[in-house]
Amino acid sequence: MSIDQAHDKAHFPLPRRVIASPAFRTYSRALGTIATGALVGCILIFLLLPTLIVIPMSISETDYIQFPPRGLTLKWYGAYFGDADWMAATWFSLKIALATTATATVVGTMAALAIVRGNLPFRSFLQTLALGPMIVPHIILGVALYLSFSPLQLTGSLLGFLVAHTVLAVPYVIITVTASLQKFDPALELAALNCGANRLQAFFLVILPNIAPGVAAAAVFAFLASFDEATVAFFISDTGGKSIGRKMFEDIDFNLTPIIAAASTILVATSLLLMGAAHVLNVRKPSA
Amino acid sequence: MTSSARFYSQATSIWLATPLMLALLAGFVYPVARLIALSFSGGTLNHYRRIFTEPLHLSVLLSTVEVAAVVTMACLALGFPVAYLMAKLSKGLAMVTAACVFIPLWTSILIRSYAWVVLLQRHGLINGLLVKSGIVDDPLKLIYTQGAVVVAMTHVLLPFMILPIYSGLRGMSPDYLRAARNLGAGPTRAFLEVTVPLSLPGVFAGSVMCFVLALGFYITPALVGGPSSMLMATLIGQQTTVLLDWPFAAALSTLLLAVTVISVLLFRRTLSFSKGLNSVH
Repeated sequence: MSIDQAHDKAHFPLPRRVIASPAFRTYSRALGTIATGALVGCILIFLLLPTLIVIPMSISETDYIQFPPRGLTLKWYGAYFGDADWMAATWFSLKIALATTATATVVGTMAALAIVRGNLPFRSFLQTLALGPMIVPHIILGVALYLSFSPLQLTGSLLGFLVAHTVLAVPYVIITVTASLQKFDPALELAALNCGANRLQAFFLVILPNIAPGVAAAAVFAFLASFDEATVAFFISDTGGKSIGRKMFEDIDFNLTPIIAAASTILVATSLLLMGAAHVLNVRKPSA
Repeated sequence: MTSSARFYSQATSIWLATPLMLALLAGFVYPVARLIALSFSGGTLNHYRRIFTEPLHLSVLLSTVEVAAVVTMACLALGFPVAYLMAKLSKGLAMVTAACVFIPLWTSILIRSYAWVVLLQRHGLINGLLVKSGIVDDPLKLIYTQGAVVVAMTHVLLPFMILPIYSGLRGMSPDYLRAARNLGAGPTRAFLEVTVPLSLPGVFAGSVMCFVLALGFYITPALVGGPSSMLMATLIGQQTTVLLDWPFAAALSTLLLAVTVISVLLFRRTLSFSKGLNSVH
């Protein structure tokens, strides 16, 4: 008896004649598809709901968390934009994220070129090392960075955050740009060099325009990796320089107001817009 | 096109990689090395001895591994059907499913933890529904429990399981299944003997990613877990921010790092970060 038959026997105590009939097979297959679909639908709701629930919470009039929201108000958004602490944290994080995006994209793209096209004596070691910050628990990095930065008075500073977040964002850049470079025909660069271009010209006139969508997507990932980062930011923030991640963490722990929902909604919207942009950039063919 | 054409000289390559090496040195290698060195401060192993002789610390280490394993299995149980269906669906529906996976993936862990705090609170959404529908008389204690930590962590890590399995299943040629069916295998047998074995590399990659990430989780357990459900990361956080015992925190960190690196090395062959991440976009 095959697994299949055993399965049928165990679950459908029906006459063999019925089980073997084509109508029953079609029916049971449709039932199976519906069951799988329903199961997956429930899992997708589990995935999505906690992310989207912050939106209705941010427009509720009550100042405790209420669901379904009562009334319709934008006062929590007003409170968010009117609060000096929230604004300072938002601007600080935005500055860090933009500086990190620029640094990580340039540093990561240069390294990706060396990894894909170069003769690096320690290539696989460098690659493993560069991906290390993704594997090492962020709590360890946070504690380690605090330990090294605090004697140098780099905690709460733009430079301290820039170094920390560049290391955290660079793996995304290397992975994305390496993939773009591997799709790009190296013969085109050789042709440019043969036609008299120097290395720099070949890079800016031939390689970069072709891998630009990948580099742009990498920049989006770097931005989000920095802007959404919370664990390391928690440890290297201080009273003078607080990232939005640190501010949110403190408020969720001690001061749970709907302002957090308003701030979260803005962050979710920003992430979605940027991810949409990265998707469009990456789907578009480099030659198009 | 292959990437075999390596035509940058060694000098140029090293020059191109230098900024990355400097950044990694300043922001990764040196700080972590210093932390490890601090754990051996005084030239003794006393801090490590403390971890293994105090039952509380040992139990935190064990429950961290346990929670990571439970979360990984929950992610596998929930993630496999999603990845399986995503690989079988038509392009449009697969895109909708993919969006449902990516939206949480690129939402800050803080926001998702916040949502779980709101959902699981004493007067939160879930308790509200349970009381209103008459299933329970008094609100249940949901938040600040081990269960809350497991549910919230599973939610955060699920996309890391779905994506590698999906990219493995999508790469599988439908010819294998067709051949199995032609040779007389029923749908169940074809699934168990063809699809499942071929999905194993993705399953392993996803499981290792979830397990390793779960070992070091800080934000979610710190916000939805109570003092009774302490994990390694929250213990390290407590030692540094409350008790200010840095050498002991360094020893705990080194131990957690060792567990993480050993897990990665054990499964290195199945772990392809670039594979998992390439499916992200």
